[in-house]
Amino acid sequence: MKSKEFKYSIDEALKNANITGALSRFSEAYVVSRAKAFEGIDFEELRSKIAQIKSYVAENLNILAVEFKKNAEAKGAKVVRLNSPELVRQYILNLAKEKGVRSIVKSKSMASEEIHLNPYLGEAGLEVRETDLGEWIIQLAGQKPSHMVLPAIHLKKEEVAEIFSKEVNERLSSDIPRLVKVARQQLRDKFLEADMGISGANIAVAETGSIVIIENEGNARLVTSLPKIHVALVGLEKLVSNFTDISPILTALPKSATGQMFTSYVSIISGQTPNIDGSMKDLHIILMDNKRSEMANDPIFKEALQCIRCASCLNVCPVFRLVGGHVFGKVYTGGIGTILTAWFDELQKSEEIQGLCIQCGRCKEVCPGKIDIPELIVEIRRRLNREKGQSFVQKTIFSVVNNRKLFHSILRKASIFQKPFIQEGFIRHLPMFLNELADFRSLPAIAEVPFRDRFNNINQPKSNKKVIFYAGCLIDFAYPEMAEDVIKIFNKANFQVIFPQEQTCCGAPARYSGVFDVAVNNAIDNIKALLKEDADYIVSACPTCTAALKYEFISTLKSQGADEWLLLAKRVAEKSYDLSSLVKMLCDSKQLALKVISELQRVTYHDACHLKRTLRVFSEPRELLKRLGLEIIEMFESDVCCGMGGSYSLKFPEVSKPILQRKLKNIKDTAVDTVIMDCPGCVMQIKGGFDKEGSTIAVKHIAEIIAKQL
Amino acid sequence: MVDERLYELFKEKAELVNSEVYRFKTKKEALDFITCFFTQYGISVEEGKFAVWADNSFLSEEEKQRLSSSYKALGFEITKIKVANSKIGISTVDWALAETGTLVQDASKIEQRLVSMLPEVHIAIASSKKIFLNLSTLLPFIKPENASFFAMITGPSRTADIERVLTIGVHGPERLIIVFVDEI
Repeated sequence: MKSKEFKYSIDEALKNANITGALSRFSEAYVVSRAKAFEGIDFEELRSKIAQIKSYVAENLNILAVEFKKNAEAKGAKVVRLNSPELVRQYILNLAKEKGVRSIVKSKSMASEEIHLNPYLGEAGLEVRETDLGEWIIQLAGQKPSHMVLPAIHLKKEEVAEIFSKEVNERLSSDIPRLVKVARQQLRDKFLEADMGISGANIAVAETGSIVIIENEGNARLVTSLPKIHVALVGLEKLVSNFTDISPILTALPKSATGQMFTSYVSIISGQTPNIDGSMKDLHIILMDNKRSEMANDPIFKEALQCIRCASCLNVCPVFRLVGGHVFGKVYTGGIGTILTAWFDELQKSEEIQGLCIQCGRCKEVCPGKIDIPELIVEIRRRLNREKGQSFVQKTIFSVVNNRKLFHSILRKASIFQKPFIQEGFIRHLPMFLNELADFRSLPAIAEVPFRDRFNNINQPKSNKKVIFYAGCLIDFAYPEMAEDVIKIFNKANFQVIFPQEQTCCGAPARYSGVFDVAVNNAIDNIKALLKEDADYIVSACPTCTAALKYEFISTLKSQGADEWLLLAKRVAEKSYDLSSLVKMLCDSKQLALKVISELQRVTYHDACHLKRTLRVFSEPRELLKRLGLEIIEMFESDVCCGMGGSYSLKFPEVSKPILQRKLKNIKDTAVDTVIMDCPGCVMQIKGGFDKEGSTIAVKHIAEIIAKQL
Repeated sequence: MVDERLYELFKEKAELVNSEVYRFKTKKEALDFITCFFTQYGISVEEGKFAVWADNSFLSEEEKQRLSSSYKALGFEITKIKVANSKIGISTVDWALAETGTLVQDASKIEQRLVSMLPEVHIAIASSKKIFLNLSTLLPFIKPENASFFAMITGPSRTADIERVLTIGVHGPERLIIVFVDEI
């Protein structure tokens, strides 16, 4: 459950037009510039290489740390490996005291933020200056960064002018080039006078003892060149084995971070360098552990050490762009930030922020370290449940879902209780506590007669060709007419449809909430039900269910150690198809012919998250629609989440609502009167949103469109 | 031999990130071009506006002397104060990378870094014959064993930290002038 403070921080962020506006504009521009930067590059190949380099590091952390130390020290550096934040802070402070340091200039280092170094050194009487422009602004303002790469993105130029004016005791205008000049002048003397420079590092090469720093402003070059003492604070995971390993990382990092081909500066420092007076620099490299080696020993979370800190997962996240890093994360923010917070801080600290992930999978597509961020967040949920137990409400819900008969009988009863509230098939006002949760969209009525009770009354032609229909809860109980359309389609292709009554919830709600013991029971119940009768195919008209049938039953069974079911789960997976893919296959093999719609109609198509990114299906439904004679006007961000995310829209209605509103706007901007999709959940969300607006735009599942053209 | 295709690609990519790219056949032409900036930026001892040249091999001793007597505010001896008060810094880089418009330099000597960081203008001299396609093709040739600081420079210093507006010239130079010479 959300704490009051957390809910308040979300509400405040959503009300803050600066944050939402700046991050949304950036996220839109980012997608374009990133794509351009990666033009002509095989991204999959590149990130596989990076994942390989970094996963090797996770396996060999200790050996590489020793090798790095040996090679860097041979070149005059002093290398220490320190485990805790406290030891790191003390090391730097002691060094500063010993050398009589008074002023320190710093270039950007997430590791230093992770251990809250600045306040510690400040309290000890040292003057510490951040010199990265964004970090300096944040330091002067006494705030926290809102984005890992763009720390001051939440501030407007007027606010920056205000902050700088105070610093220089002069009324400054909000002219950006002028403000940048002020920063240059103010910090120039600090660079020249500083006794110590503290930097981070993007890469540390074991083979050569080199550290690599990338940046645009030039402050890191000054921090590492001018003061006579240089302390580089490096997270252990920054190690790579060979010097040539830096190439793929340097290729991907700027493109992923800001959509730049390359940053202005890359510095490769290998050991001591001379100072201007001819003496040699005092170079200290701290390899900071802080739970990283524990992480490397965790069979699941070691994958997170493949992160190169580009923040692309923040930039594409539909939730992050609404609430920003002050809400979504601690020091590290967004998707990867949630995972790093759970480790570097503690699991409990991630309890609230992990809930913000809607599991749309967009971050996984762009991660240059090939980290399955949504899956690791599910794992956090699972461990939180294990440690703390579930909340009473969640526990009650899932104990119902765990028992198919009870679950289905409750859903049946719900159709009776809701009666007074239904209007034209929508629930205008939900009863009791659910009421305030649904105020931004209408919800569909629970069908009076669910599909499972209608199935036996459907007259089907007998056939040797058989297909098993997996309905999923939403179609079964809220949209039985979609199921009837599916039957019509397959009957027309001369298939007899089988509907095993013992099928139950696909387990996705439990799984995405980290309740694996329920998800595994769901998987086993369904496998039993679906393999009872033989058939050519298993089809579902819900992409989330299809993803469960094809992939998640297997991974859930594996992770719960229920290996005896794996073979059967694989049999289910091999036979399972999403509706569009299977219908297209039947059309291509001439088993099914569709009639062309007589008059030209323009429609738009919304890509459901699991269809596009888990099942990788996006051309099939479009191809079908085109064959029907429909012209598709593509909407902006057609594959960005609609905000439904299963129960997400009930847990975070305040976040789900603005995500939906963007989607509705993008649909309206195409000026068509019909939007089509493959997912009943998206239909529920988008239809509900338009209904609430009183819009006449028709929201249709693709089954409905196809069934009319048989 | 100059690979014209690589040079053209370098020029295109470097200009995309606000570098200014010039090319000369001879050292003499390049030198004439470079000295124009001394006049243009009005370097003068009286006004305390200097130019610093961290040269290793481009100039002969004679040329240095000739330049020093013509431009009193031009220095070959690099001190922190002098660089900090310089409008122009000049250095020679070792390689160029075409795909990203990047210059690569063995900057183990701090002078090399300071002249390319503190002044407003950095003039980088490069050999047109030493352009590589990209980092991967260059990496096998650079040996951290022999150089304690490799610097890669791609355009002038930049930031987008205020409202994401691209602004050139933060802590480093606001102009990067790349002078390719065919005969070096």
